[in-house]
Amino acid sequence: MSKQEQHWEKSKGLLMMTLAIWFVFSIGIFLFGAEMNEVTGPFGYPLTYWFTCQGSLGIFVILIFWFANRQEKIDEEFGFSERGDD
Amino acid sequence: MIKGNFIDNLPKVYGIYTGGFLAFIIIMSIAEQMGMTAKTIGICFVAFTVAIYAIIGYLSRTAQADAYYVAGRQVPTVFNGMATAADWMSGASFVAMAGGIYFKGYGYMALLVGWTGGYVLVASLLAPYLRKFGCYTVPDFIGTRYGGNLSRFMAVVVLTVASFTYVTAQINATGTIASVALDIPFQYAVYVGLISILLCSMLGGMRGVTWTQVAQYIVLIIAYLLPVFWISNKMGAGFFPHFMLADEVSRIAELEAQFGFVKNSAENLKEVPKGLAGITKAHSAVNATPWAFISLALAMMMGTASLPHVMMRYFTTPSVKAARKSVGWSLFFIFLLYSSAPMLATLSKLSLIDPSLPTGIIGKSIAEVQSIDWYQNWNQANLMFVSDFNGNGTLELNEFFMGGKAVVLATPEIAGLPYVISGLVAAGGMAAAMSTADGLILAIANAISHDVYYKIIDPKAETAKRLVVARVLLVVIGFAGATIAALEIQGILGSVIWAFDFAMSGLFFPLVLGVWWKRANKEGAIAGMFLGLVSGAAYLVWVRTGGSGFLGITQLTFGIFGSAVSLVAMVVVSLMTQAPNAATQKMVDEVRVPAGKSILGKQH
Repeated sequence: MSKQEQHWEKSKGLLMMTLAIWFVFSIGIFLFGAEMNEVTGPFGYPLTYWFTCQGSLGIFVILIFWFANRQEKIDEEFGFSERGDD
Repeated sequence: MIKGNFIDNLPKVYGIYTGGFLAFIIIMSIAEQMGMTAKTIGICFVAFTVAIYAIIGYLSRTAQADAYYVAGRQVPTVFNGMATAADWMSGASFVAMAGGIYFKGYGYMALLVGWTGGYVLVASLLAPYLRKFGCYTVPDFIGTRYGGNLSRFMAVVVLTVASFTYVTAQINATGTIASVALDIPFQYAVYVGLISILLCSMLGGMRGVTWTQVAQYIVLIIAYLLPVFWISNKMGAGFFPHFMLADEVSRIAELEAQFGFVKNSAENLKEVPKGLAGITKAHSAVNATPWAFISLALAMMMGTASLPHVMMRYFTTPSVKAARKSVGWSLFFIFLLYSSAPMLATLSKLSLIDPSLPTGIIGKSIAEVQSIDWYQNWNQANLMFVSDFNGNGTLELNEFFMGGKAVVLATPEIAGLPYVISGLVAAGGMAAAMSTADGLILAIANAISHDVYYKIIDPKAETAKRLVVARVLLVVIGFAGATIAALEIQGILGSVIWAFDFAMSGLFFPLVLGVWWKRANKEGAIAGMFLGLVSGAAYLVWVRTGGSGFLGITQLTFGIFGSAVSLVAMVVVSLMTQAPNAATQKMVDEVRVPAGKSILGKQH
């Protein structure tokens, strides 16, 4: 496998992981919305309600930054990152 | 100010700007104490902020193609995040989101999840790769990746359909705010709004829009958060509402159980002015089926990743790396407002329905409610209504009606905040609507000027001529949008959500597969865009004209059907026709690597 193919394999792996986490918090948990809302979540809000107000939204923010950092590491590993700083 | 090392000075420039705006708020509140009328305050807020945007628009004027189309590709990540957040959050998000949550509860929250979750798709599937590509517009990517004028043209068609649906609603919102704040008829106010919008984008294109959007974000976020925190503190609900409203949420549930949701007869409801609604859904309980929630969230997520006015913001970052980070910052700035909307809805609802609070009106006599000052104001503005259906003289939960906008617009007044806050909220709503309208009009005008005029009609055109064409189109499209907005066609204006469905029907898979599936070819992409858009639109028409729909797909989620057709068409047609040539395959390989030159040159 060429360097570029390896880089793409790793990038695809990261994509799959990112999309899996995305799926859980945007779709997966809401399959059980009614059941989950019986549980008391962070700060005392009903759990499903909390996810729709803050939880899922906040997790998406963190997920994107995590993804960006991991992808940068992969790019660096194969010497594909851009020159110069921004 | 905008020249030289303006980019290095950004934090300072916007720091001074924010300080200046806060000082302006303080001056206005002093003026209020000294007897300035509410109307004058409203005019000052809207006029002052719009004047500042116009100045920024003028200072950002440019005669260069890459500055006009992609702001010279030098917008730092955090600032691009703010600009995207302003671009994204429309007048509807600002004015109507808290109201939607207030009335529809859980079923509506799918939009919050969808409008944020979509950014994960933007960051991981598209933005960095399109940035590497180096395109000016979204159809520029489609046209170069797949080749041929027809694919480019189809992308322009989808973009125009989706964005135009969206932009009339935004111009309508600027018109509404301008007509209230400046006290002029709506038909004229729409054009006042339009001229304000064009002042930001005409001279500087993307560069002008970028720097005004950052300024608009600062205004809109202050205008949204300040009242939420103030109201929460004033009600004694907690100094940081986001973490402290659990008691209020459970108190609402308790009151809902106590009052019950009494269903009004159709005859009684005829009395209620159009557009107003009563509280009929539980505040924090799950009141939608899993599929209803998930399908709406999914449609909004895929729509987010296909809307060109958002995607093109990531063409302006200095690098691929910066584009990824910038998506994160965008969502962070959006999160600040979105996570506050449910808190505002909670505070607003509790302050009105809790009889033990001084502002609570449920359980009071109808006559008493009708004599309250703020009730009279908002009743006159056609945003509040009470009626004694059961004739017992007391206001019941099912006898109180409010417009969705009133949650944001009226709550400060109900909570007893000074009028300066209402002026601030008007300026915030104006900023939100203007920034989105600017992004959308620019996306359409750029696609037509760059992709249709320059790439298809006259590839030899000089830069100066191209930019003249781009500006003329900007004005023409703006006026077309304003003219339709002035007609006040209901149903079209309310359906911002349709824009997402149109965009995902036609563009989601052609964009994503363009990066992630090398085998995707021109014929497949054209089939995907064409059949996706047509089948989505046909489904919408079918459901609107009384069709029953299937799989629980409604007129709000028709994009799920459209994009499924698009995917199947694209895969089948691609596999039935020839694989893309070696040059195209190599191009896709290069897009997947951040390092190296972009596919399209700096000037193209």
